Amino acid sequence: MALYSEKVMDHFRNPRNIGVIEDADGVGEVGNAKCGDIMRIYLKIEDDIIKDVKFETFGCGSAIASSSMATELIKGKPVAEALELTNKAVAEALDGLPAHKMHCSVLAEEALKKALQDYYDKNGIAYDASQFPDEDHDPHEHEHEHEHDHDHDHGACCCG
Amino acid sequence: MIYLDNAATTRMTQTAIQAMLPYFDQQYGNPSSLYAFGQQANEALTDARERIARHLNCQARELIFTSGGSEADNQAIRSAAAFGARKGKRHIISTAFEHHAVLHTLARLEKEGFEVTLLDVHEDGLIQPQQVAQAIRPDTCLVTVMYANNEIGTIQPIGEIGKICREKGVPFHTDAVQAVGHLNVDVQADCIDMLSLSAHKFHGPKGIGALYVRRGVPIAPLIEGGAQERGLRAGTENLPAIMGMAAALDEAYQNLQSNTQKLITLRDRLIDGLARIPHSILNGDAQKRLPGNVSFCFEGIEGEALLLLLDDKGVCASSGSACTSGSLDPSHVLLAIGRPHEIAHGSLRLTLSHENTQQEVDQTIAAVAEVVDYLRGISPVWRDLELGKLKFVI
Repeated sequence: MALYSEKVMDHFRNPRNIGVIEDADGVGEVGNAKCGDIMRIYLKIEDDIIKDVKFETFGCGSAIASSSMATELIKGKPVAEALELTNKAVAEALDGLPAHKMHCSVLAEEALKKALQDYYDKNGIAYDASQFPDEDHDPHEHEHEHEHDHDHDHGACCCG
Repeated sequence: MIYLDNAATTRMTQTAIQAMLPYFDQQYGNPSSLYAFGQQANEALTDARERIARHLNCQARELIFTSGGSEADNQAIRSAAAFGARKGKRHIISTAFEHHAVLHTLARLEKEGFEVTLLDVHEDGLIQPQQVAQAIRPDTCLVTVMYANNEIGTIQPIGEIGKICREKGVPFHTDAVQAVGHLNVDVQADCIDMLSLSAHKFHGPKGIGALYVRRGVPIAPLIEGGAQERGLRAGTENLPAIMGMAAALDEAYQNLQSNTQKLITLRDRLIDGLARIPHSILNGDAQKRLPGNVSFCFEGIEGEALLLLLDDKGVCASSGSACTSGSLDPSHVLLAIGRPHEIAHGSLRLTLSHENTQQEVDQTIAAVAEVVDYLRGISPVWRDLELGKLKFVI
């Protein structure tokens, strides 16, 4: 079986909403280059509706596909609905992600929430901070801890 | 399909396949059986062993057939550690960029109370022989240094390291999985005490390899249960695979000179082509590298995405990015030569065989350039680099 579902490969090969919005109403960025993935989401919001969304991603196939799917799921939706998007919904819409790639969907959810938070901040709209990811939280942290439980890393692909 | 992952595994040659076939359904006897039919199989086994020994310049009885390179590495290291410990010697010297078959075995030994010194491999991917000389202590029971690196292809000064170890009386093992069949390997000239090899890296079958152990160097079995391999590796010999390995090695050394020339020409053409991609860097010394190895890092992109898109264009390659290694850290080899994490994530390894053509190399250069360009176009890191918000590292 292939590593990724057909849906993941489709969104990876033909990402939706790729690009930049120069005069974005909200921009959110998560991840870091050290860990190998960064997502940046740009939002154009009018009358509380997400009129346009674009993204840029530095990362693996599932990172690109997750950000593509997340943007597709929220485009044209009310802000309140976009705020409820979960990483699980992104992964499910992609027909699943491999277990060690689930953090890519977490990054997509968090990049979107940060972009929405940026929109609220820029427009002086009050919000409940608990709805948004913690500044210091890094979806990789959990994985790093998890990995240490394993005694050794997998070192699977660059064989030889 | 353009297959450029020959360091992962190779296509078997027809010669090697044909050499195996009779041993499945015609000469299928057990080499340990007493009757003539079994002894015929034993004669074939002896013949294969002698032929392989000749290529390494060792004696046939100095070879132990194993399931491959990983088993050979495990046996050599575990055995040297056990014999060392009996004399109170619990220090092992190796390098930071060994294969995991070596590194994981050493990590296990550390938990058992051994002390391991991993030598720095520098930016060029080469260790200096004097580093070994300086690291050897009275309680050193083993030096293990790979012959050639599997990711960046650099060829280590094995002969000089061997001489230092021989002078100091320390057993010397080398993981030569990437070297045997691709470089002239002479265990006597290079003062090698133990050497691991694997057939599927030189167009032989998978699941078979060997450990050379110089006569007089103590060795213990990993697998008990029979008198095969002079009691040093129990289990009925995989005769078809052994015959395939011997045939593949014969062929590799018959054609070594012409293959090497061809590979170096293709390799350097590939290196020149990829070096024209802006903000790219060759990993490992440009000269002291395997004839078929090309390893690059490209700034601003991630390796797994690169591999998937190259696959779409029919190019089979590998990467040391975290996403392809199944862990969160990029390749320990690229980190060992000092590549920062964000650069190591954007790595690409292309490994050639004599079957590749110039046309394939040119198609690959074009495909890589196109994919790198595309991925940079959707990368926020690349945008920031271009806008001057981030500084280019390479």
